[in-house]
Amino acid sequence: MGISMENGLSTNKSVGKQSVLFQNPPCVLGYSSIAGKKEGEGPLGSCFDIIEEDPLAGGKSWEDAESRLQKKAAELAIQKASLQPKDIRYLIAGDLLGQLIATSFGIVDLEIPMFGVYGACSTMGESISIAAMLIDGGFADKVIALTSSHFAGAEKQFRFPLDYGNQRPLAATWTVTGSGAVILGSPKEVKKLPEDTNPTIHITGITTGKVMDYGIKDSMNMGACMAPAAADVIFHNLSDFDRKPDYYDKIITGDLGYVGADILKDIMKEKGYDISKNHMDCGVEIFSKETQDTHSGGSGCGCSAITLTGYVFKKMIQREWKKVLFVPTGALLSTVSFNEGNSVPGIAHGVVIEIME
Amino acid sequence: MSEDEKKQSTMKDVINEKNQSLRDQKYNEYVEKVTPKHSWFINMCYAFFVGGIICTIGQIFTNLYISYGADKEKAALFTVVTLVFLSVVLTGFGIYPKLAKFGGAGTIVPITGFANSVAAPAIEFKREGQVFGIGCKIFTIAGPVILYGIFSSWLLGILYLILNWSKIM
Repeated sequence: MGISMENGLSTNKSVGKQSVLFQNPPCVLGYSSIAGKKEGEGPLGSCFDIIEEDPLAGGKSWEDAESRLQKKAAELAIQKASLQPKDIRYLIAGDLLGQLIATSFGIVDLEIPMFGVYGACSTMGESISIAAMLIDGGFADKVIALTSSHFAGAEKQFRFPLDYGNQRPLAATWTVTGSGAVILGSPKEVKKLPEDTNPTIHITGITTGKVMDYGIKDSMNMGACMAPAAADVIFHNLSDFDRKPDYYDKIITGDLGYVGADILKDIMKEKGYDISKNHMDCGVEIFSKETQDTHSGGSGCGCSAITLTGYVFKKMIQREWKKVLFVPTGALLSTVSFNEGNSVPGIAHGVVIEIME
Repeated sequence: MSEDEKKQSTMKDVINEKNQSLRDQKYNEYVEKVTPKHSWFINMCYAFFVGGIICTIGQIFTNLYISYGADKEKAALFTVVTLVFLSVVLTGFGIYPKLAKFGGAGTIVPITGFANSVAAPAIEFKREGQVFGIGCKIFTIAGPVILYGIFSSWLLGILYLILNWSKIM
């Protein structure tokens, strides 16, 4: 059960084993999605704000390119929220590269106090979770959550140089090139024009994931590594809030891909929840299985981030989906841990997103 | 657990297993079952086809060099140089990886695959400088081949020496 706190905090916001229910649900003030060329050619291509055709994004290396994507995403989100960088209290960001270099070099010019986070491909869920807690806790009025990934940068760091000839297994996923940013603010920050009939998007709760290791050592089958983590978060979200899967219009996982998504549904079924009707995986949605030859789908921090900011938020604004459980998933491996024979643990972070009129 | 039972591990078994190492084992079996795999037979056919074409191209060059008057050994040497050159050029233009995606081991086993595995890191790590980039990382993929190639030739050399020596004795 949650920790009871009577020293100053008026209410206890922790729910169940690992969830938080916000008292004044933080509101999404602005968001942006920058996608790479291949993502732009995919089924969600028309949803993204900007499609960056140049793989180097005008930079001189893959890492530099990713930094530029992050900067672009942050600036666009700030602009869309009609704010200035100085209005933002905190920046919570991370990426896949060692020591978060895409983030550090990308956001340096913004001059926003920053917390760097690493949740592998689940980073968007982790950064939104922390941002929402900062806001509802009264520590900040506006926070930006940001992440990115780059196909070539990830291949270089985790796998092989781009021009090396090899065959990818069918369970492998394709790292998404893209960056997504979300600006959260306290509900009183929402300034709606009278003619604006769109609903507002709120983060009403979160379920923080544990590191889950089911002993899979195949780093080319990340869906299988992460599926138990996603299942655990969804399970605890449902039990902590005492909800049924159909409470949500969509349960959206990050980058399990075709292989992982099937495993997740199987695990949930055995745990007594049928999520097959409303489950969606960003990695499955972002690329076309028939024409884009990505094998098991998309992956990377950018995968869930730009699907959320480009596609999911759009569906919510249109009131097609009113309540969504967003569960980005991450595979916690490095080339060192892999070479030393370790398994690949997974993590997932659950964020409950709901619209309010 | 018998072989047959092993393959039958279902998600139910995984969820109900309380012992962690047994659970991991069952999950691995389950994953093995649900993960799609390339057909090794089709891949082998592609590899045979592509590898065969590369070797035929090599033979064409050898014949060509011999017709220009080179002896067999020199012609083979020129052929190797030509194939390596072609592979590096194709790597630079990003064509070799496309070929490898289709041809698999057919493109990895011939000398062209070795050339590709050296050229690709050189291109990738160029940004990190001549010394720490290209210099340190050019053999990240080919390194093991070089090291263990030299090591095994060294072992064989010793073996050869011992055999020779024992004959003399």
